[in-house]
Amino acid sequence: MEQQSTVETNATRRKQIRGRINYVEMTVIYIILGVLTVIYVLPFLWLISSAFKAPTEIFTNPIIWIPKILKWDNFYRATHDIPFFLYLRNTLIIVAGCLVGSLISNSIVAYGFAKLKWKGRNALFIVVLITMMIPFQIIMIPQFLFFHKIGWIGTFLPLIVPAFFGNAFFIFLLRQFFIGIPNEISQAAKVDGANEFVIFSRIVLPLSTAGLATVGIFTFLNTWNDFVGPLIFLSSDKKYTLALGIQQIMSVNDPRWNILMAAGVLMTVPVLVLFFLLQRYFIQGIAFSGIKG
Amino acid sequence: MTRETKEQVKGMLFVSPWFVGFLVFTLGPIFQAFYYSLTKYNLLKAPSFIGLDNYIRMFTNDKLFPKVLYNTMYMVVIGVTISIVTTLLISLLLNDKRLKGASIFRVMFFIPTLVPLIILCVLWLLIYSSGGSGGGLINQFLSVVGIKGPEWLGDPNWSKMALVIMRTWCAGNLIIIFLGGLQGIPEELYEALSIDGGNFVHKTVYVTLPMLKPIIIYNIITSIIVTMQNFSEAFIMTKGGPADSTYMYALYLYRNAFQYSNMGYASALSWIMLIITLAMTLIALKATGWLNED
Repeated sequence: MEQQSTVETNATRRKQIRGRINYVEMTVIYIILGVLTVIYVLPFLWLISSAFKAPTEIFTNPIIWIPKILKWDNFYRATHDIPFFLYLRNTLIIVAGCLVGSLISNSIVAYGFAKLKWKGRNALFIVVLITMMIPFQIIMIPQFLFFHKIGWIGTFLPLIVPAFFGNAFFIFLLRQFFIGIPNEISQAAKVDGANEFVIFSRIVLPLSTAGLATVGIFTFLNTWNDFVGPLIFLSSDKKYTLALGIQQIMSVNDPRWNILMAAGVLMTVPVLVLFFLLQRYFIQGIAFSGIKG
Repeated sequence: MTRETKEQVKGMLFVSPWFVGFLVFTLGPIFQAFYYSLTKYNLLKAPSFIGLDNYIRMFTNDKLFPKVLYNTMYMVVIGVTISIVTTLLISLLLNDKRLKGASIFRVMFFIPTLVPLIILCVLWLLIYSSGGSGGGLINQFLSVVGIKGPEWLGDPNWSKMALVIMRTWCAGNLIIIFLGGLQGIPEELYEALSIDGGNFVHKTVYVTLPMLKPIIIYNIITSIIVTMQNFSEAFIMTKGGPADSTYMYALYLYRNAFQYSNMGYASALSWIMLIITLAMTLIALKATGWLNED
C-alpha cells in the first residue's frame, strides 16, 4: 500500500518536472521565434511602406512606418515614368514561351526516363543529375558566341528556345511523379492497342497535374526573376524585361527610391498571389530541391 | 523489330529533346569554353592560340584573381555556414509539435524568399543606406538601441557580411527543405528520450541532427554551388566595391567577357570555376563523412 503511493508520488513528480520543462522550453521557443519573425518580416514591411512614401520620408529617424499621406502617386509614376508595361509585356512573352517549352519538353523527357525500359537509361539519367552542378558561367560565353553567330542576340529567342530542351531539375521532379503512377493502367491501354504517345498524353499526363503545376510555377518564377540571362542576351531597352529594366533605372545617378520601391511592390505582388493560391505546389517543388539564382 | 528494340527506340526518342539540348547548350559549350580558354579572343579577330597563357597569368600575374577568389570563398565558407545554421535553427523550432500557429510562422519566414532578386537588391541597398537623417532601416533600428551602425556596403570590413545577412534573409528554401526532412523522422525515436526526461537540446543532438544529416549535406552542397555563382548583388548593389571587397568571381568573369572583351581569359576563369565547384562539392561530401559510408 505504502509502496504504491511512493510510486504514484514519483510519477506525479516526474510529470510535474516534465510539465515545467515543457513550460520553460515553450517560452524560450516562442521568444526566439518571435524575435526572428520580427527580423524577417520588418524589411518586407519596410519595402511596402517605402513604396507609399515621399522621398524625404525614407531615411528618417525615427522610422516612419505609415506615412502621413499615402503616396499612391508613386505607383502611377512607377508605371508611367518607367516603361513598366512595355517591360511587363516583354517579360510575359518570355514567360509564356518558356512555360510552353518547359511543360512540353520536360514531361516528354521525364516519361522516357520513368516509363520506358531501354539500355543506357540509368547512365544517362545520372548525366542529367550531374548537369545540375554545372555553373551557368561556363556555358554562358560559348552560348553567347553561338547566339551571336546565328543573329539571335537582342531577340527573345536565346531566353526561350533552351526551355524547349528540358531542364535537369524539372526532369528529375516529373520523373518521380511518373514513377508513382502504376504501370497497370498503361498496360491495359497498351493491350487495347494505344501507342506510347497516346498513353503518355491521355493517361500519364492527366494523372500528373500536381507535378506539371509545380514545373509551371517554377518555370514562371525562374523566368520572372531572371536577371543574368536578359542582361547578356538582350541589347535594346525596347526588349528589356522587368528585372533588367528596373536594374537599368536604379543604376542611374540619384534614382527616385520611392518609385523604385513601388515598382518593386508591383513586381512582387504576382509572386505573392501565386504563392498564396498554390502554396501546396510551392512547398512540394522546393521540398524536392531549392531554386534561387 | 523486336519488342526490345522498339522499346529502345521509343525511349531514346522520348529523351532526345534533352539529349540534343545537352549536347548543344551544355556539353558542347563546356568543350568550346576549354578551347577558348587556350586562346586570346576579343570578338573582333578570330581566336589566336596561346596555350596555357591565360591560366598562367591567372595564377601568377593577376592581382585581382586572388582577391575575387578570396571574396567568393568567404561567401562560400562563412556565408553558407551562417545561413545553414540560421535556417536549421528556425526549422528545428518550427518543427516542435507543441508549437501553435506553426503554419503562420512558416509563411512569415518564407515571404522574403518570394521577393524577386532584383527587388531584393534594391530593397537591401536602401536598408544598408546611410542617406538622409537616419540612414536605412538597419541603422535606424540600431540607433534605437543606442548602437551606431557601420556603413555596411560602404565599409570594406562589413560589406561581405552585409551580403551574407541579405542572403540568409531570403533563404526560405532551405527552411522548407529542412522541414520536409524533419517531418520524415519517426516520432517513436523521440519517445524513449522523452520518458527519460530528455529536453529539446537532448532530442536535437541525439535524434534530430543525426537523422537529418543527409538533408543538411544536401542543403550545404546546393548552397555552395549557388553561392559560387552569386553575381547579381555584386553587380547590382556594390559594383564589387568598396575597395574590391565584394568583387565576386562571377562578376570578374562577366566583366572580362562582356565589358573588357577578354573572351579567352573569361573562359579560363570559367573552367577554374567549374573545377572549384566540383572540388568544393567533394570536400563537403568528404568532410561530412558521406563518401566513407556506403
